[in-house]
Amino acid sequence: MEYLPNILFAVILAAGIGYFAKNVKKLIRNIKLGRDVDLSDNKSERFKSMAMIALGQSKMVRRPVAGILHIIVYLGFIIINIEVLEIIIDGLFGTHRIFSGIGATYGFLIGAFEVLALLVFVSVIVFWIRRNIIKLKRFWKAEMTSWPKNDGNFILYFEMVLMTLFLVMNAADVHFQAMNSGNVISQFIAPWFGGFSEGTLHFIERGAWWFHIVGILVFLNYLYFSKHLHILLAFPNTYYGKLAPKGQFNNLESVTNEVKMMMDPNIDPFAAPAEGTEPAMPEKFGASDVQDLSWVQLLNAYTCTECGRCTSECPANLTGKKLSPRKIMMDTRDRLEEVGKNIDANNGEFKADGKQLLGDYISTEELWACTTCNACVEACPVSIDPLSIILEMRRYLVMEQSAAPTELNNMMTNIENNGAPWPYSQMDRLNWKDE
Amino acid sequence: MSEVLKVPSMAECMAEGRQPEILFWVGSAGSYDDRAKKITRAFVKILNKANVDFAVLGTEESCTGDVAKRAGNEFLFQMQAVTNIEILNAYDIKRIVTACPHSYNTLKNEYPQLGGHYQVQHHTQFIDELIQSGRLKLERENTFKGKRITFHDPCYLGRANDVYEAPRALLQTLGVELVEMKRHKKTALCCGAGGAQMFKEPEKGDKDINVLRTEDALETNPDIIATGCPYCNTMMTDGVKVKEKDADISVLDVAELIANAQNL
Repeated sequence: MEYLPNILFAVILAAGIGYFAKNVKKLIRNIKLGRDVDLSDNKSERFKSMAMIALGQSKMVRRPVAGILHIIVYLGFIIINIEVLEIIIDGLFGTHRIFSGIGATYGFLIGAFEVLALLVFVSVIVFWIRRNIIKLKRFWKAEMTSWPKNDGNFILYFEMVLMTLFLVMNAADVHFQAMNSGNVISQFIAPWFGGFSEGTLHFIERGAWWFHIVGILVFLNYLYFSKHLHILLAFPNTYYGKLAPKGQFNNLESVTNEVKMMMDPNIDPFAAPAEGTEPAMPEKFGASDVQDLSWVQLLNAYTCTECGRCTSECPANLTGKKLSPRKIMMDTRDRLEEVGKNIDANNGEFKADGKQLLGDYISTEELWACTTCNACVEACPVSIDPLSIILEMRRYLVMEQSAAPTELNNMMTNIENNGAPWPYSQMDRLNWKDE
Repeated sequence: MSEVLKVPSMAECMAEGRQPEILFWVGSAGSYDDRAKKITRAFVKILNKANVDFAVLGTEESCTGDVAKRAGNEFLFQMQAVTNIEILNAYDIKRIVTACPHSYNTLKNEYPQLGGHYQVQHHTQFIDELIQSGRLKLERENTFKGKRITFHDPCYLGRANDVYEAPRALLQTLGVELVEMKRHKKTALCCGAGGAQMFKEPEKGDKDINVLRTEDALETNPDIIATGCPYCNTMMTDGVKVKEKDADISVLDVAELIANAQNL
């Protein structure tokens, strides 16, 4: 019976980590549903942007208030989690504050954790106020209702509760308070429990300890279902972010091959394919569903934490158009999740469900409102590229469905006929010289 | 117009057996749009003044395909690209200067993969270079000195290619009072023309993008709104008209400012 708590702890820990691992596997499988692109190039430059943007939060601080608060929460999150190591060892082996033996350093460490915990608590409160009292516009756009809105608040509640539990755990720990080293914050909470017996205090301390670690495991597993996945995916996402100038859009290779065939006078258009070579099914041009996007674009979708900086800088959105780059990312993720669940339900095979990203999630009205100005790409603190998805879907509309707006069809016909978007003769190209 | 511009074509250069220093890529807007043609002429005047050995493709030039690509028509883009590259490579072109950020971006970033490798510059970069190297001398005393000018960053020059300083450096050379809009450089707001929007009606909304951007500019209380893109120029000019400020505020390309300042 003596080992019951240890066994219970081991079981909870294993279950928490196990379920998380299972979902991570699913996450990776879903991302791999995307088309392959080779991004094994420029490793050092990629590490550099990951170090700057994800680790160094360089783009977060462009908005100083949110940026600095975010850095506090981010640092607090990483550093306080060192404490989780102690909790796990204590839990598994029935020890109590196993690291306290290291002396003054321990006091220093816990003291730092306590200060950070308080700072995180305060920052999270400010975040909550920004969302719910000040009602910053970007948190109240059309796509931020129901789940996305609640998700944002749940995460803040989680963090408030976890930080409180950590401080209460320390405050109610009689031995720790007696050591009087490292209890920089909790010493002010301890008096609240002044009249309590040692037994009650022990009960509170144990309770806070258990809720804290179980809370962390629940939070870990909440990630997969939440926008909060960015705390993990920001790293690979910034690593695989676009390195080329923002204005450079990819050239479709499948199109290059066709164009070269068309332009090559030596190719016999009536030639039968050589013996034994099966003519490859032409790839679909552009994207109508998530499987047509690249795996990076799908990783982008899972990384998006719905902060809305993109949407708040989007010229189309700012002038009341339907387009919201954040919604493009949220829709992509929602559809990808739907496809993933479909695969789970059908023994690993996707069964057509009569739905797709285009139309059922993202409307053509949104797609045609984009000015390709790259404001969203520039604004994203974790290197997400909503524009590339918009372009890929326009390609599908134009090349597979010939469904461009009429004025654009006219413009493209002009280019085909006379090499300019307007219907002027190519022979008049130099007229400006003599006007 | 009275004054005669020297505008040799590549075909003429080839006939004379010489290779010019640069190719001036005029672009479709610069060739056909009445407002943009003035920018083209202003830039040529500067080239002539500095005795730059340049040439144009003239009737052999064709749309870069930028607008088709951004509208989603990758086929048309690549057809245009391959055709243009064939001509550029046949003339053995090494250096291209253009007054259109869309052409600039496409030629510089999207042609190499299709076999077109050139050193490409925006006209503001090239003019800046002419001044730096002493080939073009500007009078410090000029009509624009002390004027309040705000510069609207074209998306395809700024964010797309990180060129922010060259146009500003030129304005500084004129001794103007350069005032920045709240949204400028990396966070500059689009004029609303990019991504093929120039050629279609905007989607339903509560305002036009060019009007919003013009309001940004008007906040700085400028005498002149400067820009470096024919499309931005059209959008901002329209915006100023909507705001009924066209009597007080002019929208000019940086090249026009330089050319006018020198009475070219």
